[in-house]
Amino acid sequence: MLAKRPSGPHDLPLALTVTAIIAFIVANTLPLMALKVVGRVASTTIAGGAYQLWLQGERITGVLVAFCAVLAPAGYLLFMLTLLLAARRSPPPAWTGEFLRWVGHLQVWSMLEVVMLGILVALTKIAQLATVEPGIGIYAFGSVVLLIPAIMDNVDATELWRRVEWIDGEMPLAASPTLPGAGGRQ
Amino acid sequence: MMTGAPVTAAQLRLVSCEACHLVSRPASAEEPGFCRRCGEKLEARRPGSIQTTWALTFAAAICYIPANALPVLDTTTPAGSEADTILGGVVFLYTSGSWPLALVVLIASVMIPLGKLVSLAYLLITIQRGSVTNSRERTRLYRMVVFIGRWSMLDVFVDTFTVALVQLQPLMSVAPGAGVLFFAAVVVLTMLAAESLDPRLIWDSGTDAAPATPISHARHG
Repeated sequence: MLAKRPSGPHDLPLALTVTAIIAFIVANTLPLMALKVVGRVASTTIAGGAYQLWLQGERITGVLVAFCAVLAPAGYLLFMLTLLLAARRSPPPAWTGEFLRWVGHLQVWSMLEVVMLGILVALTKIAQLATVEPGIGIYAFGSVVLLIPAIMDNVDATELWRRVEWIDGEMPLAASPTLPGAGGRQ
Repeated sequence: MMTGAPVTAAQLRLVSCEACHLVSRPASAEEPGFCRRCGEKLEARRPGSIQTTWALTFAAAICYIPANALPVLDTTTPAGSEADTILGGVVFLYTSGSWPLALVVLIASVMIPLGKLVSLAYLLITIQRGSVTNSRERTRLYRMVVFIGRWSMLDVFVDTFTVALVQLQPLMSVAPGAGVLFFAAVVVLTMLAAESLDPRLIWDSGTDAAPATPISHARHG
């Protein structure tokens, strides 16, 4: 063995994913911001915004917002967590490939960074009318927005695909002795 | 590597799996079968790619008109009610002093959707005419359309949070307008159109990037 990695290749993205899940829960349960005008206070969460659209008759848009801003990112993080935990086993379980596929689909529709900018624009517009106070939720949300690209950067999907068991029962390429570069890892 | 001519998988009769990217030799050209690694159905090209993409692009172009003409927000105050279109929102941001945000919303809500529609139509027309020029640039344009698409959802989220927060009856309340649905439809339809377009079609008519080389040479390259 020429060199040893300080930790497994999936430990960093795993740690980032766990952090992102905690921050995501906080961001979705605590109010993002509160609006104060002549003694009245209004506050909202992301899901609350989607629900308000539903109540106001824009049901399809409400569902779409809920999907892009809450469900798709939540699904992405949960699939990623399961995937990274599974990747620690050798060889990874057979469903790892299926999960990788799902992560890719969900990633397209998870639009947290766009939601973040949308909140900022909405706040700027409303700030003309009333006092806007940022809540804890918005800071948690901001950290999720930064954590997701960090997860994407650190997950090595090619490496994972190389190790999953083939559907026709053949040994993964990485385990074959003809590819020492890929097989030298634990 | 730059001296080597591009050899396509189609020339070598190989198929790349769309799910796991494993390159394999299909059972036959008509019935490629399934990926040996992940079990995904193998397809040399996404079936009906051009027709599907045209249909989705046209649907998005039709929705683009009501998306911009109809109001996205209805503001009700004791003084009366007021309806704002997307461009109205941009003007409001500009006149209230935050021109950088006005510019961001203008780009995300007006220019990106329009640019996507034009780009998709351009890519489809050049593919159908069997264009061999600028394949690299066209592939780059395709990647940009895929990457940038999500950002036009911006206005939908702005409207969502404005509606969610400004519910201060009877002082002031904001309701979503009919334009929001059409606008969201434009974004979703163009995203689906970009997904259904198979970028490999761009390279199928050959390319001007370098002259074609016999396959036997390329194996060593």
